[in-house]
Amino acid sequence: MERHSPVVYNLALRLMKDPQEAEEVLQETFISAFRALSRFEGRSRLGTWLYRIAYNAALMRLRKRPAPTESLDEPVTSESGDQMPRQLVDWGSIPDDLLLKRELHTVLKAALETLPATLRSVFVLRDIEGLSTAETAEVLALTETNVKVRLHRARVALRERLTGYFAASQVV
Amino acid sequence: MLCKEMLGKLSEYIDGELEAELCAKIEHHVAECSNCNIVVDTLRKTVTLYHDHGHEPLPEEVKQRLLAALDLGPAADLR
Repeated sequence: MERHSPVVYNLALRLMKDPQEAEEVLQETFISAFRALSRFEGRSRLGTWLYRIAYNAALMRLRKRPAPTESLDEPVTSESGDQMPRQLVDWGSIPDDLLLKRELHTVLKAALETLPATLRSVFVLRDIEGLSTAETAEVLALTETNVKVRLHRARVALRERLTGYFAASQVV
Repeated sequence: MLCKEMLGKLSEYIDGELEAELCAKIEHHVAECSNCNIVVDTLRKTVTLYHDHGHEPLPEEVKQRLLAALDLGPAADLR
């Protein structure tokens, strides 16, 4: 639990965008897992199994929300992750500590929240929590190809948003 | 290689998952195209930033309430 609860919480928080609901998903996940532990067949890793329970619990809550402000199933604005970038300001070599002074955490959080849940979930598991492509595919019930496509779209969209921010704030 | 052809491959490129021949083509293109150079650089930085700073830690009080909900008590450790 020590190892997996932070990942479950972070995934839930990023999906729900609400600490209270993230906590409820966290509790729900572990209560469900404890009840179903005898049915855990060991074909997947325990973590993958838990994250899948958490993802499904979060998804169910998102679907129950009265007036969804975002689609759960549609990809981000563009169909392709290979759209031409619009933002071409070079901020790649700026040290993190300088970026941090500019409330980096708030910026990262806000940019991530603009992604649809389909891309956000892939990005959180792969790039923030460090799961492999295969593990992410298992948690989200996607093909590995689909994970790669969504990850790329998420990264491209986030890069655009961060560039917009850093250019506007004149860090560069 | 055109800019647009390259862009779709960039995530696999920065993850080191592309075959050598394609990597060489991308590197050749990036060396000559300053815009693509910026995109590669900032895409890589985006990934690094979220990797290093994107994790929201589990608050201690949330952890304690989870243990209580599972009836495990604050000192429980299931590792």
